[in-house]
Amino acid sequence: MLFALSLITYILFYAVPTDPASLSCGIHCTPEAVAANRHRLGLDDPFYVQYWNWVKAIFVGRDYGTGRVALHCNVPCFGFSWNRQVMVTDVITSVLPVTIFLAVGAFVLWMTVGVITGILAARYKGSIFDRGVMAITLVGFSLPSFFIGLVILIFFVVRWQIVPYPDYVPPTEDFGKFFMAMILPWTTLAILYAAYYTRLTRSQMLDTMNEDYIRTARAKGLPEKIVIRKHAFRAGLTPIVTSAGLDFAGLLGGAIVTEKIFGLHGLGSVAIKAVEDLDLSILVAVTLLGGVFVVVANLVVDILYAAIDPRVRLR
Amino acid sequence: MSDLTTEGKSVTSQKNVMVPSTHQGEVILSVNDLSVSFKTHDGLVQAVSHLSYEVRRGQTLAIVGESGSGKSVSSLAVMGLLNSDNANITGEVHFDDKELIGSSADTVRQLRGLKMAMIFQDPLSALHPYYSIGKQLVEAVTAHQNVSKEAARARALEMLNRVGIPSAEKRIDDFPHQLSGGMRQRVMIAMALINDPELLIADEPTTALDVTVQAQIIELLRDLQKEFGTAIVIITHDLGVVADVADDVIVMYGGAAAEQGPVREIFYQPEMPYTWGLLASIPKAGDEGQLDPIPGTPPSLIHLPKGCVFAPRCAFRSQVPDNACATTRPDFEITGPNHAARCHLTTEQRQTIRLDRKIGK
Repeated sequence: MLFALSLITYILFYAVPTDPASLSCGIHCTPEAVAANRHRLGLDDPFYVQYWNWVKAIFVGRDYGTGRVALHCNVPCFGFSWNRQVMVTDVITSVLPVTIFLAVGAFVLWMTVGVITGILAARYKGSIFDRGVMAITLVGFSLPSFFIGLVILIFFVVRWQIVPYPDYVPPTEDFGKFFMAMILPWTTLAILYAAYYTRLTRSQMLDTMNEDYIRTARAKGLPEKIVIRKHAFRAGLTPIVTSAGLDFAGLLGGAIVTEKIFGLHGLGSVAIKAVEDLDLSILVAVTLLGGVFVVVANLVVDILYAAIDPRVRLR
Repeated sequence: MSDLTTEGKSVTSQKNVMVPSTHQGEVILSVNDLSVSFKTHDGLVQAVSHLSYEVRRGQTLAIVGESGSGKSVSSLAVMGLLNSDNANITGEVHFDDKELIGSSADTVRQLRGLKMAMIFQDPLSALHPYYSIGKQLVEAVTAHQNVSKEAARARALEMLNRVGIPSAEKRIDDFPHQLSGGMRQRVMIAMALINDPELLIADEPTTALDVTVQAQIIELLRDLQKEFGTAIVIITHDLGVVADVADDVIVMYGGAAAEQGPVREIFYQPEMPYTWGLLASIPKAGDEGQLDPIPGTPPSLIHLPKGCVFAPRCAFRSQVPDNACATTRPDFEITGPNHAARCHLTTEQRQTIRLDRKIGK
């Protein structure tokens, strides 16, 4: 799975008609310098050798060139950025925490809000609360993230000045400052996803509330609160977990728009920068990483299925 | 009582009759003039009309009828399990010295599972697929009794043994999908009886099961009733089950009682053409030839016929003068000490028809 993914991304990007060797050479460039560059980066090898070297480097590391210009790339080595003249792995590890904090915070926020609101809307189906929630989520669901992000930015930062413009510091350094920097991006993403999860949870709950075993639970005389929490919600959880896993993985791959608006340097902005610069080695690595997150998320979701539904468990 | 009169004749005269039971126990449940209607997009569905009955300790009352005759809805109304948003329930349901219709949802909830319990048609869908049967049983105990998990589990185990689950101490942690259909229904029965309720409503408890398993489940219900003295309301369309377990029978048609009486009289001296049709449609062993079904289909509960609801399918309506079957709803009338029926035919006409057609032989 991951092997196929890596091969496809590699082919896709190396099929792009650019020449990294000349791009990284500079303006005053002689053909000899380009050739030297090409050799140093291993770009004069046949395609399959390049791919093999690249995959091998992930597990054992790699040395570029020899002598004075030699560079060692540590495991896991995702290649060398010719544009930036740095190791791809270093670029990614420097921005990965931002992306992870962004994704985790937003995820926690939207799951809490979305699921609780969805359950309540289903519980009081047809009430003013339910209709209001449905209307709001329809709007929230339809708005693009750049719009929500900009509106939040304009009102909370510019107009009302409740929160300063995000200035990211690691949470280990100053948690308060970190929190203030992240709260707006979190909210932006959470609004977007919470709308969807509210609707998903509501429709799941309404589905399961019609099941026979819910009637049994009521026939036992269980309080409605427990019927909903223990019986209906558990049964409706599977599709929610599926979506949540994939959405979370997607966010880990970089929230491009949100990062851009709030000036966060995460995987998303690195990816955008790499596209602008035709920085293929970074682009391949970011894409592969995004794919890895999705594959891992699927695995985790499958494991969770078994935890939720005993019928899935192996004997 | 709503009497709409056209041309001097009562159209929907619904005299409310409580037929006395042959059974002498203390009255556990008394349903009086119960009506249930649902608002739908197509119109008002009159699911149950003016139903009255009593169930006594140790008595088994069978409610018989086709799908959509109102038998399940009436029981769900008794249990307080109908969605109060779209169901309109009128009448009285007297149970445990309380009037349940109009009581708070919480009052009825506290009785459910403790003093009145219910089992359902399909035990696979009625048990939660994600919880072990032990957990589901324990929950039924702790919902009403302030006991420890261990005590509740011990009680669950005791009940599983009592309903005949083999090696119950092993099966208690099984999930519903790991049990057979008959075992699942036994678990449902254990769950319903775990708090020793006074009333058990069994909604087609054997319909989803094998014939051999059906007999075992019915046998089990009968044993348990003897042991605990539970009053049972069994809802079924299987007259074989009725003959097996019931003391008294209500035959429902189009949301209302068509006939009510002791089980022997329903089988040997039925008074109402619909009951005749039901009995004629039972396949008999050794009987060659075809079944004798009732022609036509059950009425729509949105547009009930103006006269007798069974009239459009009734073979004997021409024997009633003045086309009364099509214009006047017959009253539910006492025809014997413990027997009532809703039919315009005279006692003599019924007697003749029964003899001619060898009904109830």
